[in-house]
Amino acid sequence: MAAIRTKPDPQIYTFPGFGTDKFPNLMLRGAGDLDNWHLKVYEQKHEGYVAMKAALKLEPTAVVDEMKASGIRGRGGAGFPCGLKWSFMPKDTPERKFTRYLVCNGDEGEPGTFKDRAILEYNPHQLIEGMIIGGWAMQCKLGFVYIRGEFLWLIEKLEAALQQARDAGYLGKNILGTGWDYDILVYRGAGAYICGEETALLNSLEGRRGEPRVKPPFPAAKGAFGQPTTVNNVETLAAVPPILRMGGAEYAKLGTPKNTGTRIFGVSGHVKRPGLFELPLGTPMDFVVNELAGGSSTGRKLKAIIPGGASAPMFDEKDFDCPLDFDTVKARGSMAGSGGLICMDEDTCMVQATLRLIRFYAHESCGQCTPCREGCNWMEMVLYRIEHGEGRMEDLDLLASLTPRIGLRTLCPLGDAACGPMDSALQKFRHEFEHHITHKTCYATGSRLLSGVGAH
Amino acid sequence: MNHPLPPDTANEPLAPGQRLPESERKEFSPEALAEIQAIMAKFPDKLAATLPALHIAQREFGFVSLAAMKAVAKAIGIPEGHVFGVATFYTMYQKAPVGKFHLQVCTNISCALRGAAQLLEKVCEKTGVKPGQGPSADGLWSVEEVECLAGCGSGPCVQVNHDVYDEFVDEKKLLDVMEACKRGDYRPWAR
Repeated sequence: MAAIRTKPDPQIYTFPGFGTDKFPNLMLRGAGDLDNWHLKVYEQKHEGYVAMKAALKLEPTAVVDEMKASGIRGRGGAGFPCGLKWSFMPKDTPERKFTRYLVCNGDEGEPGTFKDRAILEYNPHQLIEGMIIGGWAMQCKLGFVYIRGEFLWLIEKLEAALQQARDAGYLGKNILGTGWDYDILVYRGAGAYICGEETALLNSLEGRRGEPRVKPPFPAAKGAFGQPTTVNNVETLAAVPPILRMGGAEYAKLGTPKNTGTRIFGVSGHVKRPGLFELPLGTPMDFVVNELAGGSSTGRKLKAIIPGGASAPMFDEKDFDCPLDFDTVKARGSMAGSGGLICMDEDTCMVQATLRLIRFYAHESCGQCTPCREGCNWMEMVLYRIEHGEGRMEDLDLLASLTPRIGLRTLCPLGDAACGPMDSALQKFRHEFEHHITHKTCYATGSRLLSGVGAH
Repeated sequence: MNHPLPPDTANEPLAPGQRLPESERKEFSPEALAEIQAIMAKFPDKLAATLPALHIAQREFGFVSLAAMKAVAKAIGIPEGHVFGVATFYTMYQKAPVGKFHLQVCTNISCALRGAAQLLEKVCEKTGVKPGQGPSADGLWSVEEVECLAGCGSGPCVQVNHDVYDEFVDEKKLLDVMEACKRGDYRPWAR
């Protein structure tokens, strides 16, 4: 099928200065190189497994200390310090020996987020190396990579890369003569966004419905198969080898003091060059969107940007200069989340966009907690009728009153995630909702979301 | 509403008295059973084989029928109710027959901003089937609207079986993909 692109290409963009000290490429190293999944290429071209060999000569606690020194915060969404998370794993005592597991969360299902796919596709060995180092640091018995079911072609590639690592003696029994046995297994999900939540992922890994668990006990105490478990995102684990190579203190100099290192930002929506950009944390959002992604693709100016995947509250124009790090984005009322920037131009109908987002949460709610199961569906129905010109002014108050009854009232953050876009859209674009209700027409005429089908 | 079609009905619960469609096959092949046994041996608990076994069942039976669920329960030695609960929870397990080529169109926000609604409409028009309404008369096509294919930067996306096609701009590209499918000219992982 030569004429048709059969393999997805996540469009990784390099730009002036990329790969230098200012914009180092740590996780996307080797990106675009389709042969990088071969062990030899990774070892010869990209300093592969150098960090692992060095780490295996260190005491496990020294590796955890190095991670703490790097200050890296989890790249999955919550931004919890990774070194601290690793240190929570219980140590063996004379009275009790633990079976510990390391789980890599590769269930990338959030709309607007497509970064883990690039690492799995172009840099699978770096992830494996990170998982071996993590496994050693926490003295795990097994590692699991939980990948979303749609990534079948990546699973085959990762399995092949794992086999190469086994053949080289990096996985299996008595790894490099350390006396430590460790292997990594791949587990394929089956299409449930909620399995990106760590306890739901563990349930799914155990062969159950992906329903989140009550915390505590936290996974570090009782995780996969009832044993102490650490769950890390693909990007976090892929950052481990560079951290060990350059040293935690050196890594901490990148980014901002409390948000260290680089991060992969995925830009999508109405921009000229949607794609992935690896940048130090704290890079201003307008630089990423306007300079690197080329600005608006439609010629109309951008009206809203979601800064961290579909669950993050939207930013309007006044916040476009926000530095992209966990703390500043939070201080401005949104969240850095998974690092997916979704850009919408001024002709985008915010009622439609919000409906599309809420419909996702209504569809993906696992149904375990009533506020989320019923609330998300209710929000969808109300938005649907506003969108169809049958809304009433009271509906806006109804929507505003629903979110405090869903958010923070559920086992997992899916309910909160639905409230983010809803609240922010109502606060920042209320006039568009009112226009829909009073005029029965769309405020943003000629909306890019509008297909031209149906009256609007 | 921008969307050309009513919301997807593929995942609606069964109506009172409605039965799940039956598959022609009733039992696993010996090779599939050996595959499931190998998976069970790898994981700390045999229950963990539920999801992989259901993927194998979908491949063998064509879709996850009641017989497939029973076969999974028997192969692993776990309650049928557990398998039913898991199979109905996850959207990738098809509970009804699909076409030889199952086209999944992502219509979530990033793809929607770049014309997913038009693409879905075009896919329905060219295949002659609507989402969740079963395969076309010739058994070749079925269509499903999905939430996200992780191709946000290169959307709108269509997944044909397990092969993702993105950056759709015109009708010609869709027709090319469909023609290639008919010729059997697609990547091995998509089979």
